[in-house]
Amino acid sequence: MQTPTHPTYLAAELRLPTNWLDYTILAIYFVVVLGIGFAARRSVKTSLDFFLSGRSLPAWVTGLAFIAANLGATEILGMAANSAQYGVYTTHWYWIGAIPAMVFLGLVMMPFYYGSKVRSVPEFLLLRFDRAAHLLSSILFAFAAILIAGVNLYALAIVVEALLGWPQWVAIVVAGFFVLAYITLGGLSSAIYNEVLQFFVILAALIPITVLGLKKVGGWDGLSDSLSKTHGDNFMTAWGGTGIGSDNPLGANWLTIVLGLGFVLSFGYWTTNFAEVQRALSAKNLSAAQRTPLIAAFPKIFIVFLVMIPGLVAAVLVPKIGTSGSDLQYNDAIPYLMEQLLPNGVLGIAVTGLLAAFMAGMAANVSSFNTVFTTDIWAKYVVKGREDGYYVRFGRLITAIGVLASVGTAFLASSFSNIMAYLQTLFSFFNVPMFVVFIIGMFWKRASVKSGFWGLIAGTTVAMLNYFWIYKQGVIDIPSDQGANFVSAIAGFVAGAVVMVAVSLFTAPKPAAELQGLVYGTRSPGMSEPPAAGDDAWYRKPALLGWGAVVLAAACYIPFSF
Amino acid sequence: MSEQHPERHGYSEEDVLREVSELQTKSATAARLFDIRRIIGGLFVLYGVIVTITGLTDSDATIDKAQGVNINLWTGLGMLLLGLFFLAWLKLRPAAPPPPDVLPDEKPTD
Repeated sequence: MQTPTHPTYLAAELRLPTNWLDYTILAIYFVVVLGIGFAARRSVKTSLDFFLSGRSLPAWVTGLAFIAANLGATEILGMAANSAQYGVYTTHWYWIGAIPAMVFLGLVMMPFYYGSKVRSVPEFLLLRFDRAAHLLSSILFAFAAILIAGVNLYALAIVVEALLGWPQWVAIVVAGFFVLAYITLGGLSSAIYNEVLQFFVILAALIPITVLGLKKVGGWDGLSDSLSKTHGDNFMTAWGGTGIGSDNPLGANWLTIVLGLGFVLSFGYWTTNFAEVQRALSAKNLSAAQRTPLIAAFPKIFIVFLVMIPGLVAAVLVPKIGTSGSDLQYNDAIPYLMEQLLPNGVLGIAVTGLLAAFMAGMAANVSSFNTVFTTDIWAKYVVKGREDGYYVRFGRLITAIGVLASVGTAFLASSFSNIMAYLQTLFSFFNVPMFVVFIIGMFWKRASVKSGFWGLIAGTTVAMLNYFWIYKQGVIDIPSDQGANFVSAIAGFVAGAVVMVAVSLFTAPKPAAELQGLVYGTRSPGMSEPPAAGDDAWYRKPALLGWGAVVLAAACYIPFSF
Repeated sequence: MSEQHPERHGYSEEDVLREVSELQTKSATAARLFDIRRIIGGLFVLYGVIVTITGLTDSDATIDKAQGVNINLWTGLGMLLLGLFFLAWLKLRPAAPPPPDVLPDEKPTD
């Protein structure tokens, strides 16, 4: 998980003044969501259609789905909360904590992922390493996906209860039903189409909040002046106070930000999390697959303003937000502004956008879970070699089971929310060694088949030990959870890398003939497909898009650095 | 295969390539999946009209709540434009028809 985990809790006085108009807007959205599911149903003929949209979608669709799968409501509320708490430091999660990794995925890794025709991230591990690494990563991913889907569902229930007054169980059951219906019917295509739709609805919700919020506090200058006065000058800068040894609320210095967040955590999430990578694998050709994360990078650069500004505005309007002096938590930033500023009509759009974002966050996890469970676990270890139609039926069944399991997880979370927060942190540590194993496996031919499994185990163990023992037990002093997260990620990365190298030196390498298209410097037949008509246009060149995004993200730092 | 490559786990890159390529030739998504631009266009035109009309009939008190901005009107017009943009794009650049070798027997009639 990228999003910092804040306890999800909303103040009860945030009840929104919704009326019939807002509910009409919401109802129209639910009808369209179901309609997409029914209409996509006739396109599902093979398991490849159900799990990967037949590898046939255009780049702009997969690109927007890629960004929307990340733009879940926990991310939106969480990043606004982050901004109210830490200020402009939030930009790091976008400009250094996302863009370089997304560009790396598109330019460097995608030819191996897409060209080898694997259907999932664990399947790549099976080809490059062995069954142990494959099964371990498949099972962990399946558990993590259900857990995160359940956490999303629970977060939705809390927000809906606070804002609309629905009992929690009603929200959980209603949202669970809609996600179940549209994914079971249309598979990944309907998940992706709904994500594209959600992307635009959430923009239509966030832009009015941002504009009105800024107007209320006297524009950017007014915002900047008030916060510099109350929170100090560093609050409005990206790098102020991040020198090594200096003190800042984030509890991190520039080195842990660059290495921990920008390199290890971010690359782990964006390049190996199947809920994201799956969107690119459903693109219609290699060029479109490469462009998927690159097209997503451009909105990602600017979305930070739409979540950060509402967070900062809330910090001005409610100076005591998040402290015991106020009923409002950091998470309340965006709902608070909705209640204060939006009239009926736009309010309905905003509520719809939030609900859509929660459901899409859940659906992205369910649609990647059913793929990994069916193609990686069931079809390879349990019921092998059946006809393709069987796996489509099984995929639909496991989707239903997955949604029911997330509903169960959501109810569990409502009684044991601390345990859930703990589990979420725990699973976040599996992405780190996944990235080590990928990067070494892709760039070092000598990495042996056994090294993958041991790298995964070692990296995970060390990251967890560092977080739960060294940090939580206070063996060394790190000022905040965020800072500790960054350090644990770096420790896990180093441990995974050392163990992989050590194991490789003592075990046999994989024969060169079996590494074609899996390791840097080799090619697979899938990589040599001729470019489709029109893909040689300058604006479709992956290198230009990728480097353009990196330069743009770096340029965005300039006004916030001095 | 297993006697030739005793160290193999029985599932190689050739297997995946063959299996996925085979499924891809039978896939129906390219031929049968509708164009999402129509849905985005339709929904945003509808939302745009609803919210714009709300903006035109909003009372002064409502506008005061939104910092003196007729936010319903502006958001509504914005959504309407986005919806029209998608419909126009669909009209000007319709999706390419599926290649003839894909599902020759089941090509949709529209």
